[in-house]
Amino acid sequence: MADHKHETPHGYYTGDMHNQFVPEHYDPKNRGVIWRTFWILLVITIGEVAIAFTSLSKELLEVIFITLTVVKAYFIVAFFMHLKHEKMSLVYSILLPFVLIIYLIAMSLTEANYLNLWDNMFK
Amino acid sequence: MAAEATLAHENSSSNPWGGGKSPFGISWGKMMMWFFLVSDAFTFSSLIIAYGAFRHRLTHIWPTANDVFTHFPFVHDHLPLAYVGLMTFILIMSSVTMVLAVDAGHRRDNKSVAVWMGLTIIGGFMFLGSQAWEWYNFISGTPDGALKMPTGEIYRFPENAPSLHAKGIHAPDWALISPDHKVIEDKAEIARIKAVAQPIHGANLTDNEYGHPLFADFFFFITGFHGFHVFSGVVINIIIFFNVLSGVYSRRGHYEQIEKTGLYWHFVDLVWVFVFTFFYLV
Repeated sequence: MADHKHETPHGYYTGDMHNQFVPEHYDPKNRGVIWRTFWILLVITIGEVAIAFTSLSKELLEVIFITLTVVKAYFIVAFFMHLKHEKMSLVYSILLPFVLIIYLIAMSLTEANYLNLWDNMFK
Repeated sequence: MAAEATLAHENSSSNPWGGGKSPFGISWGKMMMWFFLVSDAFTFSSLIIAYGAFRHRLTHIWPTANDVFTHFPFVHDHLPLAYVGLMTFILIMSSVTMVLAVDAGHRRDNKSVAVWMGLTIIGGFMFLGSQAWEWYNFISGTPDGALKMPTGEIYRFPENAPSLHAKGIHAPDWALISPDHKVIEDKAEIARIKAVAQPIHGANLTDNEYGHPLFADFFFFITGFHGFHVFSGVVINIIIFFNVLSGVYSRRGHYEQIEKTGLYWHFVDLVWVFVFTFFYLV
């Protein structure tokens, strides 16, 4: 395979079979993004622990907790794992399979709720 | 000639899938780490969904996490969520030091990479130690334990149900708590339960003094599988750390190995975010 060194604004891809990214122009703003992400994750986690002790209804708390979990997952994947700055084809290859997980959740919980009803029918 | 010209045209930058370069713009190593993490995420999802399914089926008798995980080192009071909140903080913090190691690699600052990798390893060990302590408390249980009926139902003592107290339900200390979290104050019924029930202490794969044994089974399996991932991550981080110290990556000219390890380490943190929510919060 020919060597195709591929330049980008922040560095270059080696273009050989490993095609590794070699950063050349370091952006000092990166560290700001890291610490911002850290503070967001920390504040959300402290907030979650704090609202667990409020008198909000169980159902509302569940919705809030699951939403905040997805928000935290977004920040970890997008900024710590850098997926936000990868090519869209890679992003879709990684994220689209999780449609199957959403289907599995819907299927399993429907079945479980039905079995709960069934168990209690003969008490 | 014409065919070769067409091929050369397709290989140009307009077609990322034309061959000769990476269509995703990343190395194969990072791409395969991503696809491994996708498959690993499916494994964890299946485990957590199985847990969710049984919890929904047994929703009225499922144990309350705030009655189970109430310990904090050197504190004798019930402190639900505090310890696991600290564990979450430790893991997020070690994710930050990991991403700072990746960042130092971009600057090709070998010394900073080594420092941040070292701190990440310490964070990993702190998390593993915390998890061992959490397991120890869960396995050893409360001083008085609980009562197990021959048919398997668990009747608990009021002092082991602080979540009822937090809800404003005050049970006298001679009362019992039924599997569906109701206070039993009928003395005849209590005597009937005590006549046939056996005392049990702590949790293992067959008995769980806090309620249904499936709660303990899923807890041990899912947090154990996650803890094993953390342990593997620490081992990999240690290998990379010694590579950094011996100058492997400064000689290679780039620190992509740190990024691949970093992806794995952040994934472990990501899984913990979900375990924290579904085992402790909801």
